[in-house]
Amino acid sequence: MNILETHDIVKQYADHVALKKVSISVPENSIYGLLGPNGAGKTTLIRIINQIIAPDEGYILFNGEPMTRKHIDFIGYLPEERGLYKKMKVGEQSIYLSQLKGVPKQEALKRLKYWFQKFEIESWWDRKVEELSKGMQQKIQFIVTIIHEPKFLIFDEPFSGFDPINTDLIRKEILFLKEKGATIIFSTHNMASVEELCDNIALINKSKKILEGNVSEIIKTYTKNEFLVGLSDFKSSLNDILPSSLNPTILKQENNKADILFKLPKDLSSNELLAALIPHAHICYFNEQLPTMNDIFISNVKSQIDFSHE
Amino acid sequence: MNKILLIIRREYLTRVKKKSFIIMTILGPILMAAIMIVPVFIAKMSDERSKIVVLDENGLFYGKLESNPDISFAYTDAYIEDLKGTYEKDGYDGILYIPKNSVPNRAYIFSQKQMGMGVKSHIQSTMKYTLDNYIMQEMYNINRDSIRAIEQTTRVMLEQRKIGKNGAEEQSSTEINTILGILAGIIIYFFIFMFGSQVMRGVIEEKTSRIIEVIVSSVKPFQLMMGKIVGIAMVGLTQFLLWIILTFSIITVFKASMPEFFEMTSDQTAIQQNPSLANMTEMANMDMEESLDKNPEVTRVIDSLKSIDFTTMIFMFLFYFMAGYLFYATFFAAIGSAVDNEADTQQFILPITVPLILAIIMAQFVTNNPNGPISFWLSIIPFTSPIIMMVRIPFGVPISEIILSMTLLVAAFIFSTWFAAKIYRTGILMYGKKPSYKELWKWLKYKN
Repeated sequence: MNILETHDIVKQYADHVALKKVSISVPENSIYGLLGPNGAGKTTLIRIINQIIAPDEGYILFNGEPMTRKHIDFIGYLPEERGLYKKMKVGEQSIYLSQLKGVPKQEALKRLKYWFQKFEIESWWDRKVEELSKGMQQKIQFIVTIIHEPKFLIFDEPFSGFDPINTDLIRKEILFLKEKGATIIFSTHNMASVEELCDNIALINKSKKILEGNVSEIIKTYTKNEFLVGLSDFKSSLNDILPSSLNPTILKQENNKADILFKLPKDLSSNELLAALIPHAHICYFNEQLPTMNDIFISNVKSQIDFSHE
Repeated sequence: MNKILLIIRREYLTRVKKKSFIIMTILGPILMAAIMIVPVFIAKMSDERSKIVVLDENGLFYGKLESNPDISFAYTDAYIEDLKGTYEKDGYDGILYIPKNSVPNRAYIFSQKQMGMGVKSHIQSTMKYTLDNYIMQEMYNINRDSIRAIEQTTRVMLEQRKIGKNGAEEQSSTEINTILGILAGIIIYFFIFMFGSQVMRGVIEEKTSRIIEVIVSSVKPFQLMMGKIVGIAMVGLTQFLLWIILTFSIITVFKASMPEFFEMTSDQTAIQQNPSLANMTEMANMDMEESLDKNPEVTRVIDSLKSIDFTTMIFMFLFYFMAGYLFYATFFAAIGSAVDNEADTQQFILPITVPLILAIIMAQFVTNNPNGPISFWLSIIPFTSPIIMMVRIPFGVPISEIILSMTLLVAAFIFSTWFAAKIYRTGILMYGKKPSYKELWKWLKYKN
């Protein structure tokens, strides 16, 4: 079941169209990646989902019912443009932001204690925000985003401003939230984290959704039947043992070792490639060349540019 | 609803707890009390009593010069040249030498240090008083008391009496009405500016610290805007009330602890601040002492103060104080949302400053002609009515005009809130270049 569906969302600004009939479906208890280059319309879509701005056309279903403001208490939103009141004390501010999300003061205090301990920032409770490092502020920001235990979370570039250790901490928390049943929309430029975290993605470019689906299925569709093979101890010269029907490219050759890329025709499988190689050489490694999300992202965005130029 | 209260609470508490607020709250009344107390203090403390030895070759002033807290007189008949050598040894600060003359109206003060203005003017006035008496008595044979009696009977009083709706007469004083009206107008003017710009700075702070989007994902932008405006209004009211209470308590405590200080306040300070008044004080002094309770001036002031309906006045003041602030605060909020930093606000602040400054400039004119057409229109138009209506109210304004003015102000506030909310919710999410008026106009039409 989809916890969130947007239907043909259109948002027009004075001088440009931010979203052109964008429809996405976010399955319950999954991590959904919202990808796209800068200025594609991701943030606008996220703001519309959060009821911060209204669409010109289209509608949103949340849990099957038309989405209204009363639903935003079930959403935790970490905006890309985020900050805290600099002059306010950390603890005071965290309680205030929790209360705004509808958590009563005592409960907020209890939950904040737990999270501050977990993130090892208890000693900062009475300090002013302006005394904190950027990473420290991001931790507090993350905590107040999830403090009301929402079942639906939207993270816009959650890892920006974090060092690798804290990035890892946050990534684990995100996975843990999913484990506990939350659904997460995750907007980022970091393609590696998309592959690692996301179940589904949508790619938005130039105000339009150009790709949506399950990550492994998308990768499968974009797989080109390419294999990278490491060979050694050839029985004769490489040119003799590699049949041109296998479409080989020698990437590197040293002494009696070589890395070779095979772009197989559609009718040939990896088994046939192996069968052709085994008699002539020792196989050090054998990898299918899967496209990365990065490749898919770039090729899609570029193809749309080409298309629009025609 | 609960959330808007949370916002109001935060806006209120963070400001009230600020050092600058506490300092301002304490300094304000001290400053105000100081303006009232310090002149008295200076008058009291300025010099030690100067001892003057008088050498009068005419014998006219002998024993007649009145001592006061600043000066004491002693008399001698030594030679002036001898006296110059010995006066300091005898413990005097100076010599008042009045040479022989048919009319002894010329005198000299010899002293080591410069005598103060107060000393000089006191000597002048007390000499004149003695001389007056002498001349009236000896040359024209008129008694001083007769003169005073004549002055008393020929003093002309011009009283202004308002005829109320029911035909009852009331005393009124144009001067007091003017002072009350302009004072109320000025307080409202400062309140709107001080706290209106606090609203603006608050909005800019939320934008630059990038917390705005975090907050508007929990509450409506409108709630955030109104919460801020109301919270700051309460800060203003708190400060205003504290100022009044503190000022009065400082003065009361001061009065109670040093009652003798205030007894001579009025004439004493008058002499000190304006020596030219000194000659007149002798007479004024006597008038005051003789007939403080019968004095027509004083009764007139008290009567006309009584004629002002203070309940209405206070109610009106609170209404225009709040409504005027609320109306303008919405514009300040809209401006704050449209820009990224305070430097960019100038262009947008100007249009809302102009009507306020115009109102203050026109206030004096309105007191001269409180019921003329210009006064009427300025007190009806919401941009100037909070100030101008307050200036007019002590003079008496028909209830229909008050109702019209109030209704229009409330309606204008509702409209400006709607207008500001539209700019605000778009503006708070916009970063980068300063928008033009044309862009603001487009924001008004966005659906969100």
